[in-house]
Amino acid sequence: MICARRRRLLVFRVVVFVLMGAFFLFPIWSMFEFSTRGTGTSRTLAAWLTIAQYPDLVAGIIASLELAAITSVAMLVLLLPTMIWVRLRLPGLSRVIEFISLLPLTIPAIVLVVGLVPVYKWLNDNLSDSILTLAFAYLVLVLPYAFRALAAGLAAIDIKTLSEVARSLGAGWPTVMWRIIVPNMPGAILNACLLSVALVLGEFTIANNLLYNNLQVEIAMLGRANAGVSIAVAVAALLFAFVLLVVLSFVGGPRSRRVQVADVWERGGTLK
Amino acid sequence: MSLSWLGVIPFLGYVALFLLLPTAIIAWSAFVGPDGATTSNFGKLTRTDIVGAFRNSVVVSAVTAVIGAMLGALLAYAVATGNPDGVFRRLVSSACGVLAQFGGVTLTFAFLATIGPASFTYNFLQQHGVDIYAGGYWIYALRGLGLVYLYFQIPLMVLVFLPALDGIRPQWREATESLGGSTWHYWRYVAGPLLAPAFLGATLLLFANAFSAYATAAALINQGGIIVPLQIANALTSEVGLHDIGFAAAQALGMIVIVTVVTALYSVLQRRTSRWLQ
Repeated sequence: MICARRRRLLVFRVVVFVLMGAFFLFPIWSMFEFSTRGTGTSRTLAAWLTIAQYPDLVAGIIASLELAAITSVAMLVLLLPTMIWVRLRLPGLSRVIEFISLLPLTIPAIVLVVGLVPVYKWLNDNLSDSILTLAFAYLVLVLPYAFRALAAGLAAIDIKTLSEVARSLGAGWPTVMWRIIVPNMPGAILNACLLSVALVLGEFTIANNLLYNNLQVEIAMLGRANAGVSIAVAVAALLFAFVLLVVLSFVGGPRSRRVQVADVWERGGTLK
Repeated sequence: MSLSWLGVIPFLGYVALFLLLPTAIIAWSAFVGPDGATTSNFGKLTRTDIVGAFRNSVVVSAVTAVIGAMLGALLAYAVATGNPDGVFRRLVSSACGVLAQFGGVTLTFAFLATIGPASFTYNFLQQHGVDIYAGGYWIYALRGLGLVYLYFQIPLMVLVFLPALDGIRPQWREATESLGGSTWHYWRYVAGPLLAPAFLGATLLLFANAFSAYATAAALINQGGIIVPLQIANALTSEVGLHDIGFAAAQALGMIVIVTVVTALYSVLQRRTSRWLQ
């Protein structure tokens, strides 16, 4: 009876994997097929190679990369010191900070952007109308994911003892944060940055409704004009995100690895 | 000690400005028009096309949530019964992570490349006498949207449900068998009831996910507003006179209410899940 059950389970697993594998790999193959169509039945990489000849698209790629970098840095500068500070000096506030950081998960991006329109109108009139101002909104979007990544890292080290020792040796708070705590959580910091980059590169809703042209907006617009090239860019973006996530799964230690992937995409809503 | 509060000012100030303020603006815009306090924005919610949009949103979210949950649970079970540290499991987890994120514009184009009017599959089928668009271009309508949504619902289900499946203890199976129970008894009386809260919670999560989705529909459907996010976007950025911030805000509040209810139910179910499966 046991052998029969194990055999049934094996058959079940094989069938499920084959079907699901086909379901998910088929569109990716189709994208490759579509973007390499030449005249007649030939194959060509023309669509891929001419990406650089679409200035709007290139501008969108550069803007999104810049936004990804700015958002990551801003996230670290804003969130990490705050979390360390709360842990060490204001532990009563930790639940409040956690609640606030996870709040963006319950507000759909399309809803948030309704409230951001007047804010951005003021920003454009008084500060700048560059696309890089999107970083302000993106920082809010990455907050939940970055918070969870950094919280996991902070929980793994005893920052209370470390900071007390450092302070007793005469270190100031900046030294404690920069030279003691940060070097002890490289995995969590990298996690938080990778998640932020992946989110910013895939973001469409807020950019589109605030009338900025980031990478995804450009892909969408180009899709109406030249489908082959835009699909080539879409595949490239997808592969880039996949590489990022594979890197993510190897960084940060075995336990947090599993926690991160499940945690993060538990509410992947902002990217839709 | 009170000086410590200065340390959290930057964070709280930033969040107040870019998260709480927009939320307050939404509430304000929904209730306050150019002539003062008004409920006319909510009156517009009863228009047939808006009611239709809400109904479509709920229907497509519910259907893709249920189907995605069932298929995703099967896939998750196939993964969970394998080696927990194996390469295969890590590969599937990473792939699900990418695909769950693989939403919006990229996903839409992938689907158009797969079974759209210009795709290899469509041409191939046509050459063999089968025209899948003979009855209309359904891929650009609600049914097409639902099919595309499944593509990120199933991986999301795998990611959310897998931890619950990991919590199944082999002792439960052994206990069932030692009492003379079959596979059916095991699932019907032991594992099924224990996994039910996690399964229902995950389904709710899938619902909220599909309900909030905007980018996929925006890239797929060029005009019109068959679901609520598209209606909101039309009210925000339309150049043909549909621009109406108050109306967008009213719809946004409607969405917030629905998503909050679903999230609250999810939290309740999460607590029940963690009782047995942690």
